Amino acid sequence: MTVQSVFPALEQLLPRVQKPVQYVGGELNAVIKQWDDTVVRWCLMYPDAYEVGIPNQGVQILYEVLNERADTLCERTYAVWPDLEKLMRENGVPQFTVDAHRPVGAFDALGVSFSTELGYTNMLTAIDLAGVPLHAVDRDETHPLVIAGGHAAFNPEAIATFIDGAVLGDGEQAVLAITDIIAAFKSEGSPGGREELLLRLSKSGVLYVPAFYDVEYLEDGRIRRVAPNRPGVPWRVAKHTVMDLDEWPYPKAPLVPIAESVHERMSVEIFRGCTRGCRFCQAGMITRPVRERSMTTIAAMVANGLEKTGYEEIGLLSLSSADHSEIAEIAKGLADRYENTQTSLSLPSTRVDAFNIDLANELSRNGRRSGLTFAPEGGSERIRRVINKMVSEEDLIRTVTAAYASGWRQVKLYFMCGLPTETDEDVLQIARLAHEVIKAGREASGRNDIRCTVSIGGFVPKPHTPFQWAAQLDHETTDSRLYKLRDAIRQDKAFGKSIGVRYHDGKPGVVEGLLSRGDRRVGKVIEQVWRDGQRFDGWSEHFSYDRWMAAAETAFADEIVDVNWYTIRERELSEVLPWDHLDSGLDKEWLWDDWQDSLSEVEVDDCRWTPCFDCGVCDHMGTEIQVGPTNAVMLPMPAIPSRVVVNSGA
Amino acid sequence: MARDRDPGREIIPAVQKLRIQHAKRDRLRFTSHRDFQRAFERALKRANVPMAYSAGFSPHPKISYANAAPTGVASEAEYVEIGVVQQVDPDKLCEVLNEVLPPGLDIICVVEARTPDFVARLEASHWKIELPGVSLETLNSAVSGFLALPEVLVERMTKSGNRVFDARTAVIRAEVEQGSDCAILQVVVQHGVPTVRPDDVLAALQKVADFAIEIPPRVTRLSQGPLLADGWSVGDPFTLDREATQA
Repeated sequence: MTVQSVFPALEQLLPRVQKPVQYVGGELNAVIKQWDDTVVRWCLMYPDAYEVGIPNQGVQILYEVLNERADTLCERTYAVWPDLEKLMRENGVPQFTVDAHRPVGAFDALGVSFSTELGYTNMLTAIDLAGVPLHAVDRDETHPLVIAGGHAAFNPEAIATFIDGAVLGDGEQAVLAITDIIAAFKSEGSPGGREELLLRLSKSGVLYVPAFYDVEYLEDGRIRRVAPNRPGVPWRVAKHTVMDLDEWPYPKAPLVPIAESVHERMSVEIFRGCTRGCRFCQAGMITRPVRERSMTTIAAMVANGLEKTGYEEIGLLSLSSADHSEIAEIAKGLADRYENTQTSLSLPSTRVDAFNIDLANELSRNGRRSGLTFAPEGGSERIRRVINKMVSEEDLIRTVTAAYASGWRQVKLYFMCGLPTETDEDVLQIARLAHEVIKAGREASGRNDIRCTVSIGGFVPKPHTPFQWAAQLDHETTDSRLYKLRDAIRQDKAFGKSIGVRYHDGKPGVVEGLLSRGDRRVGKVIEQVWRDGQRFDGWSEHFSYDRWMAAAETAFADEIVDVNWYTIRERELSEVLPWDHLDSGLDKEWLWDDWQDSLSEVEVDDCRWTPCFDCGVCDHMGTEIQVGPTNAVMLPMPAIPSRVVVNSGA
Repeated sequence: MARDRDPGREIIPAVQKLRIQHAKRDRLRFTSHRDFQRAFERALKRANVPMAYSAGFSPHPKISYANAAPTGVASEAEYVEIGVVQQVDPDKLCEVLNEVLPPGLDIICVVEARTPDFVARLEASHWKIELPGVSLETLNSAVSGFLALPEVLVERMTKSGNRVFDARTAVIRAEVEQGSDCAILQVVVQHGVPTVRPDDVLAALQKVADFAIEIPPRVTRLSQGPLLADGWSVGDPFTLDREATQA
């Protein structure tokens, strides 16, 4: 049975909505295949607006990996804004893909990538608009498997009711393994239906299927145990790790949208994983070990990507890009190669040390030096030991001095508020630091127009980190600390005018905390708040704390637990955590010891440069650290003759 | 990195200017002018066109855009001029740009700029407005009523706030015909300030005849150029450049 495009119906609605171009597709390098020529059909979703979702690397990589298979078709869908959602409901237009505008409900699998929990409500909108039952238990053979991925999938318990499965870790090989299983199952005539397909996926270890695990609770609300309820289903589901990134140089043909997106540049991932050991950082914990892409592959991906996209800016992505073993050679090599072209290079996520200033200077060769960003994360030396962010005040001042001295005018500093053991004093230290930064900067640059912007986010404890047991700070205290800090900076007569402060109130962090450490009971809150109209939680103009709290009140009416129980309550070692059966490779005892070390302000080194600390990942997952140097040399590139020039090469 | 912002650097002047006619079709009619600009500049990069750049701290490629059709409106006649630092073959440029642009943003033809005052030559546009759900009779009587009036004022939000202006005088020709699923209005509108757009014409018609447009109309700019001697036909704005090239 072939599937019709919904575009003719959608087209009637587009003149009546904001930014219709985001719904029409037509991206450069998009792939459209014949429905009937393929066996397995995937729809990938990034559950936010198109402009945010389209640059997402995870979706772009899997889109290409899947479409490279002859038997597989892969298209994409994004969250539609409420104006279009309303018109789609009124006119019976279902959730659609932007590639060929096929109805999402017709696909075999809907893969949703969650880099944050704030996309959960948007997933419900998409499932519902697709005509797929909200609850996995109500779906049958005609409905797609709803599969969660991305960092938030390391604890998908809050959305367990709505998903059929979750993939933990790197997706490249996992989606291919899932596709193999679906293809075989379909070729056999789908014996045993949906249950059998999910059983095969679960038993293979590639997919966590929540329905195959029962959760029992203690009288006090904590979890008693989580156990498989089908024979052959693994007790714990492990994450996937792609080894050798040089074998997976995706995206090879990055998608270039016609609509404007939040990242107007081409991204090249230079390594995956991070072992700096920052205790608040879920990404650093769940993506271990470090696996570098070689300089040779990076250079080839940059050259190919520029040619395929026409972008003028390249971002070198990773969790801490300056940590690549050959970053200096890569930066210099690329700067040389693209000198006198209109191509610029950016390096997000820089560390606080002088080496980074050299690097930033290299990347901005001949360019305007506007702003540099550093993340000390904690205001006081003490709190930085607690979170294992090993930056001394001396380092920071030396680094920013070097930055101002080499012509940078603005330094941005990122901090967190609400870290474990934090006091008002720790946060007020941020004001003093900023004061010292301006003072040192004015001396180093001899100018009074330099600036420092302090940006503060609320800390949310995350699963699979040493802080997974920690109490989250309530939003009242978070806000009062932020106000004290703001006032302290305002009262700085000497330099206050050179210091900008940016912060968000603590309320959204409470909802994020509820969702990220939630268990299956939290699903009722998500469903309630969505029914009450909540959408686009990552957008302050759409987020409503009051609506969330009202929904929690209703959903938890018959439960012993409440929002505070999930957020501001500290956990004990003996407590079964909702994600204990999901295996990130980290040894729970190592995490606990690291939590205790944190409370004693004991720091831990990076295992790339010191012996192994037995976090458990490599041993358990059969992986290893992959770092250079490769000592390769990046040669200059010959200019490609233009085909349009008269007599060129003649 | 090498975005060479040094104001003291050598500026290579443009040695040639090229005028490009392109279309905006089908689903890509929903691209805004800014969307098209980004897509076009990236296409020039992918096509490896030797663009001339402006001087200063953030150099921009030398591209001028004229009279872009509104978002949501299709067009067969959009015009762009570019400056290049090496001599480029116009036909080859047309071919290579079409290879690298997404289908729907299509280059129709390219000529070498050999004459001045190109934008001034874009005197009028010919629009085809398809109106599903509107009967031929309704449209006919609305158009007759509209044409009989010396002036019909309409309102539109512009960048400088809400403006009231006459949508009648600029309409120098209006014809009605029957399409397969719709009534069709063909209008020739002279450009002015503010330029009267197809939605202004429709607003004026609705003001005169009070009829509903429930299904969004499909609008296409069929041509744009100088008004010919008959006073109501739209000519090809590239004619003068072609003649100068052949001479």
